[in-house]
Amino acid sequence: MRERLFKDLLFLDGGMGTLLQERGLKPGELPETWNLKRKDEIIDIHRQYYEAGSDIVLSNTFGANALKFHDEDCPLRDVIFAAVENVRTARALAGKDDGQHYVALDIGPTGKLLEPMGDLTFDEAYEAFAQAARYGAEAGADLIHIETMSDTYEVKAAVLAAREQTDLPVFATLIFDERGKLLTGGDPAGTVAMLEGLGVDALGINCGLGPEQMLPILEEICRHASVPVIVKPNAGLPKQRDGKTCYDVTPDMFAGWMKKIVEAGACIIGGCCGTTPAHIRAMTQACRGMEIRVPQEKNETIVSSYGQSVVLGEKPVIIGERINPTGKKRFKQALKEHDMDYILKEGIRQQEQGAHILDVNVGLPDIDEAAMMEEVIKELQGVTSLPLQIDTVDQKAMERAMRIYNGKPMVNSVSGKQESMDMVFPLVKKYGGVVIGLALDERGIPKTAEERVEVAGKIIREAAKYGIKPKDIVIDVLTMTISSEPEGAITALEALEMVRKQYHVQTVLGVSNISFGLPYRPAVNSIFYAMAMQKGLSAGIINPGSEEMMKAYRSYLALMNLDKNCESYIAAYADYKPAAGVQSQEGGAASASKNPVKSGEIDLRYAIERGLKEEASRLAKERSGMEEPLDIINQYLIPALDTVGRQFEQGTLFLPQLLMSADAAKEAFAVLKNAMDQKGIAQEKHGKVILATVKGDIHDIGKNIVKVLLENYGFDVIDLGKDVAPERIVETAVKEDIHLVGLSALMTTTVVSMEETIRMLRKEKPDCQVMVGGAVLNQEYADMIGADFYGKDAMQSVHFAQKVLHSEKMES
Amino acid sequence: MNRKIREAIRYLGYGTHAIDEQTLALVERSMEELSAGVRERFIYRIFELSQDGETLQIGDWKIRSRSLSKNMKGCGQVIVFAATLGTAADQMIRRASVTEMARAVVLQACAAALLEEYCDSCQEKIAGELAEKGWYLRPRFSPGYGDFDIHHQERLLKVLQADKTIGLTMTKSCMLTPTKSVTALIGASREQIPCHRQGCEACGKTDCAYRRDSE
Repeated sequence: MRERLFKDLLFLDGGMGTLLQERGLKPGELPETWNLKRKDEIIDIHRQYYEAGSDIVLSNTFGANALKFHDEDCPLRDVIFAAVENVRTARALAGKDDGQHYVALDIGPTGKLLEPMGDLTFDEAYEAFAQAARYGAEAGADLIHIETMSDTYEVKAAVLAAREQTDLPVFATLIFDERGKLLTGGDPAGTVAMLEGLGVDALGINCGLGPEQMLPILEEICRHASVPVIVKPNAGLPKQRDGKTCYDVTPDMFAGWMKKIVEAGACIIGGCCGTTPAHIRAMTQACRGMEIRVPQEKNETIVSSYGQSVVLGEKPVIIGERINPTGKKRFKQALKEHDMDYILKEGIRQQEQGAHILDVNVGLPDIDEAAMMEEVIKELQGVTSLPLQIDTVDQKAMERAMRIYNGKPMVNSVSGKQESMDMVFPLVKKYGGVVIGLALDERGIPKTAEERVEVAGKIIREAAKYGIKPKDIVIDVLTMTISSEPEGAITALEALEMVRKQYHVQTVLGVSNISFGLPYRPAVNSIFYAMAMQKGLSAGIINPGSEEMMKAYRSYLALMNLDKNCESYIAAYADYKPAAGVQSQEGGAASASKNPVKSGEIDLRYAIERGLKEEASRLAKERSGMEEPLDIINQYLIPALDTVGRQFEQGTLFLPQLLMSADAAKEAFAVLKNAMDQKGIAQEKHGKVILATVKGDIHDIGKNIVKVLLENYGFDVIDLGKDVAPERIVETAVKEDIHLVGLSALMTTTVVSMEETIRMLRKEKPDCQVMVGGAVLNQEYADMIGADFYGKDAMQSVHFAQKVLHSEKMES
Repeated sequence: MNRKIREAIRYLGYGTHAIDEQTLALVERSMEELSAGVRERFIYRIFELSQDGETLQIGDWKIRSRSLSKNMKGCGQVIVFAATLGTAADQMIRRASVTEMARAVVLQACAAALLEEYCDSCQEKIAGELAEKGWYLRPRFSPGYGDFDIHHQERLLKVLQADKTIGLTMTKSCMLTPTKSVTALIGASREQIPCHRQGCEACGKTDCAYRRDSE
């Protein structure tokens, strides 16, 4: 059927659920069981659709996946086999066994939310879809139709499963709301980019809306799609009448709208909830013979995440470079210590500073890069909706990251070396992505612009062999530092312009390399950045925290009329005042000596007690120029925390204030830690504590509160996260020789896992104490499950940790 | 101070204490940010309800619960209801948990208050429609309240097809995801009995730190 896709208008079938209800399906009863139990009814409905003119009829398997379908009498395999067989039987009965009518295996969502929003892992979702797809293909389906998806991540799992497990054509449709958004926030452009990257044969929209409301969304999808677009509306918006769900659009009205939908660009049409064989008959009669608007290859370079898409080439895009250990001692340490918060903060900060895409590089010689890459990508996608750029030379890390990434990633990078292209292009072909092509090859980095452009051409041609389009390649003509390569900037700028002209591809540069070895690098970087944008740079990999770079960026947009009415520029600099007499903001310690009054004892304590983050950080910096960091901690920070903690326990100050103060202290600690690292002083730790929200429980705010406080009191917290299996907690406790574990649970259903964890800890690590907390717990409950301590609030867990771990230290 | 803000402050454990200016500003800012960032959705369906002692029956769905039966006494219909703030609220809270725990806690409280108010407004809308037909609503009652077994969550979501209609699902341990969500049954009877918006005040735990001050 693939050859018909770009030629013929194809008709799908209509609703199933509403028809089954009319035939006696009860609320909550699994419709898929009817494939076995009420076979004749199902065949009859399918037959009616074929007779009404459907070219493709979907099997009654919308909920037939292992995560959603549980029925003791009907094994999943039997259900799917029977379902496909029922459509085949109906096709024969309708006399449509002519090779021009098709049986589609219908795949609907799992009914679960994937991580990080829910508890379903990507691999679990994949497995469920893979099983259904295998059964369907074995049973003789002609294609796989994935529909009613509202999450890009889930649809990615389903499409990958269908593509990897079968050779069948794959269709995928999602529910968009009236504003053209998915329930999880995605937009048509990003969704289309991701699905086409994954290699679907057709894509589109179904359910949720009637044909009228779908029209504008269809138009938006058609603007971006290069494959045929599917539209499968409900018979209007659902209404409740006498306890029943009704749909108002009649077959004739439906047919009228569907004609408009074909005119607007749809190539495969059908109906969803509330549509009947009568609707489909009217639709096929009205639309048969209409010419389709053959989808044209679109030339946009789009990267996306679950929640947003970024187009390269409209105006320059900022790729944040900070998630990268190269030359960053603190970042290396964070990777080694598995300090996820530090890495996430780098991401969030860059987003706030104006980055549009975040580069992610976690390569260090002595860590498992693939595992770390997967974890960082997942965690980052939990806190930022910016698209990510997977930056690695490790094939395993690259593949794992591209697989579990939610959206269409940017990939950094491929080069003109055959080995590199052989490794990277198959991955881009399979998972989709926009890949950076470095203009170097086996001969190294070419000296001249012409040669670099030549290498770019080689990369683009090799990609074409895989079917990867030039729009998915972004060329990096490479920046060589001008201190050793006097022509470095000139060559790069020339090559940039030539690549744009010759190949019409987008471009990227790691800008900061240009000034390596020079003083006052931001000056050179920012000017070079502006020059490169002028020559057609689509994306600069820069530090968005550099004021000079952002000044260059914002000014460039304003100058080139890419910032309407200079709005962004004005928003950023309306209050700008030149700092009189101060050379840079780095002069914290120096300015302290000028203003000793402000840095008095009361001020730092006061700042922390009152939760003033910036003040606390500034004052700590000033102090650290005059006193030993350890003395500052003991004389200012700890007393401030104690005061606030006491007031919290007395009920004169409340949780938000306690935490504001904790946040402020954290800022001060970060400054002092830095000072200690520079002086080579080891930080005194008061012992290690494991914290975890127990298995089955996904509420972690309580655990996170305890973590912040324990860290401020000098404990080394190993945060295992939420929904943590008992085995993992025990294993970590044994491996790290932990003497205190804190567990959190919110609901009665998950206290069971807490009890199980305690039982296992007692057996495997008897010298470890356990403190518990969470909404559902009280002292009695804690005693019942055998905990050593019940913490009513976060301060109590601090006291208990001090009791357990300090007394231990005394003994040793 | 509006009710939403007042409720958020109560969730933060302030009880009858006055809130300081700094925290109030944070609460107000967070509420604004949430209101702008989330997209609330709800769905309901109305069914006939039959009762036999402590067992309630909706189609072939049977629920045994003393507390729910008490709540539903005399009701001939039941509204199966679900509402959610969507994934955006969870995302905002998770993000704040990394950078600023105080704000995470405040956002959490604001989201709870926003959700309650949204549920109230949905319920009012449904009440308005049903009142025209002579049906009157009871306070909503959620799985997990009293002895209404939390495991009924699964059936409730299935009846509403909540995953596809409003993007609401549950975990293996019956927790709702997105987390800022509510499911409930709402009884409807022919008889209009005076009842206040119940909830907090009706609870037996009178020493609770979060108890609403009965004004």
